[in-house]
Amino acid sequence: MTIDANGMHYTPLNKMIRQAVASGVREIVIDNVLGQRFIANGLRSNVRITINGVPGGDLGMFMSGPECIVRGDSEHAPGNTMDNGTIVIHGSAGDAVAHSMRGGRVFVRGDIGYRGGIHMKEYDQKRPVLAVGGTTHAFLGEYMAGGIIIVLGIGHEVAVKDRGIGSGIHGGEIILRGDIEDRLLGVGARKVIFTEDDLNRLSPLITEFCERIEVDPSQFLDTNYTRIIPASSRPFAGKYTWE
Amino acid sequence: MSLGSVPLKYKISIDRDQCMKCMRCVDNCSYGVYRIEDDKILIDSRRCTACHRCISMCPRDAISLKEKPVDYRSHPLWTAQAREDIINQARTGKIILAGMGNAMDYPIIFDRLVLDACQVTNPSIDPLREPMELRTYLGKKPAKLEFTKSDKGDIELKTELSPNLKLDTPLMIGHMSYGAISLNAQLSLAKAVAKTGTFMGTGEGGMHESLYPYQSNMIVQVASGRFGVDINYLERGAAIEIKIGQGAKPGIGGHLPGEKVCSDVSCTRMIPLGSDAISPAPHHDIYSIEDLAQLVRSLKEATEWKKPIFVKIAAVHNVAAIAAGIARSSADAVVIDGFRGGTGAAPKVFRDNVGIPIEAAIAAVDKKLNDQGIRNEVSVIASGGIRNSADLAKSIALGADAVYIGTASLIALGCRVCGNCYRGLCPWGIATQQPDLVNRIDTDVGSQHVANLIHAWTLELSELMGAAGINSIESLRGNRERLRGYMLDEGMLKVLNVDPVGA
Repeated sequence: MTIDANGMHYTPLNKMIRQAVASGVREIVIDNVLGQRFIANGLRSNVRITINGVPGGDLGMFMSGPECIVRGDSEHAPGNTMDNGTIVIHGSAGDAVAHSMRGGRVFVRGDIGYRGGIHMKEYDQKRPVLAVGGTTHAFLGEYMAGGIIIVLGIGHEVAVKDRGIGSGIHGGEIILRGDIEDRLLGVGARKVIFTEDDLNRLSPLITEFCERIEVDPSQFLDTNYTRIIPASSRPFAGKYTWE
Repeated sequence: MSLGSVPLKYKISIDRDQCMKCMRCVDNCSYGVYRIEDDKILIDSRRCTACHRCISMCPRDAISLKEKPVDYRSHPLWTAQAREDIINQARTGKIILAGMGNAMDYPIIFDRLVLDACQVTNPSIDPLREPMELRTYLGKKPAKLEFTKSDKGDIELKTELSPNLKLDTPLMIGHMSYGAISLNAQLSLAKAVAKTGTFMGTGEGGMHESLYPYQSNMIVQVASGRFGVDINYLERGAAIEIKIGQGAKPGIGGHLPGEKVCSDVSCTRMIPLGSDAISPAPHHDIYSIEDLAQLVRSLKEATEWKKPIFVKIAAVHNVAAIAAGIARSSADAVVIDGFRGGTGAAPKVFRDNVGIPIEAAIAAVDKKLNDQGIRNEVSVIASGGIRNSADLAKSIALGADAVYIGTASLIALGCRVCGNCYRGLCPWGIATQQPDLVNRIDTDVGSQHVANLIHAWTLELSELMGAAGINSIESLRGNRERLRGYMLDEGMLKVLNVDPVGA
């Protein structure tokens, strides 16, 4: 099914998507997307949605299951509080990508803005993934409580050169290509060596990501990464005294 | 060098002639004040929090409690509290954590406002004989109504109405999360609101599955930590509330310590067992009023525009302008939490010093929304220190559509406002996750107490309205003519838009 979103408001657009999904459609192509927010918000399905153009903010927020493929850039907070499913962005994305995401995958081929993966969390079998081909701005993985962030830094000298990486992190891990200067780490973040075991564990994910963003994975399957983890799972313990 | 110990906060004594050594005090005190040695009940008063559990359970009234049994040299500035806080911080170098609401002796504006009654010139109404309309709808109201006339001459409403919550009484129970309070406390509140035709908030800790039977009376909260938030949770709620701030600690986030994250709390919040649950100070997808509008609309879009969306803010200096911004964000109600609002834990310096009183905030918000012609765009819900039906009536006369109560509903479950909620040892089974303590609440009995309270306040509100010759809550709302200020200064009267007594 193909929808022409030219000049369309997001509410009728989402209504059309919901109706199509309810009637059993499992493949939707939306053409001429230009800033429509909230596409696939709260949608529960295994539908695949191809978005040609630039979706607006909160793409796939609260989404549980669908796959959204964006042929273009994406605005603020794709994958916000997402529960399950996949978002693949074949361009760059704005701030707060994968904000509070609790499950599923967000793959971005290009760069992302500030606060990527902020407050991502995990529970039980759900372990969200944010993978970025390019680079990110400051406060990557801030307050991170779970999940995995991977940044490959394709086309950049270093994967991340903005500060505040993992500030307040108390769960999960951030994997950055190459070495990262200590001064870029936020409060509560700790740098550890990326081991062969880590590589074995993460190779399938790195390979899958590369294939989805259409780059050759073989050049990324080595231990030239920095792994950033929480210094403590209780960053604010010890801050208070009782009255 | 030792700073030594500070004097006891409370001194417990037992009248040994009265005591029959039933051991109820020993069994009931979760703080360990009492112990048995050689068939004698020994007392460690230093552990006492004045929760009154032992006193309330003693069958012989043998226990007495005295506050501040040791005097300091009296001084108007260097109070015992000021001195002891300094000693505490000199020892630890840490932020002081405190429970319950603002403990400073600020004047209470509610107590300086008096209500009106009819005499001679207009008749009062007897609520026993006449119907009193307390039904309250929360949500957007249309600025005007448009109708169409069918060929047959039937009149039909053309204006599309926004979803509203229908309350049988303008009184709801505010957001206290599972984690901060126990499941039995939440269940008692939930059964009570279902019984009385009103609503309660889930707080930001998700919704435990045993609350699902009451979900149509629950408002689900989305806070900066997004704990327990998924599409199922949003769809369960009768309304959705975005928590921006809290009156007890405006401007800062929340932090549920890992030791309170037991397996049930962990599964409801959807976070790992024993990990800290940190709510950042801001929502990191809201850095502007435009971003707030985006989250409001995102929640509406996700739930297909079927649910009213509330936005809760702490009452701060510019509360009126902020509320006007919220009214333009597509939100359906703004919740204002005054500086006396309760909390399980807050830094004392915030609890006691940041924010403004709810009375002034309601009046300022109501005026600003009216001046801008957008009062119909949002309902105003007031909270933070509502103690009785008079505070409820005065809040509505100042311009609120409804109120949230928190502490009052917990007192109906046994809470004695001891303010030690953050220690997780609440002997009343409210602010704790210890199964033996939680089981002290029988949810059927607890819910009946809370329902009784709501019922009693509702009756009193109808009586107050009847006495003032008002038979509908709409006629009381924002009706400053029914209020007079007693010993309030001119500036305050102006903010409240209320005349002084005698005028």
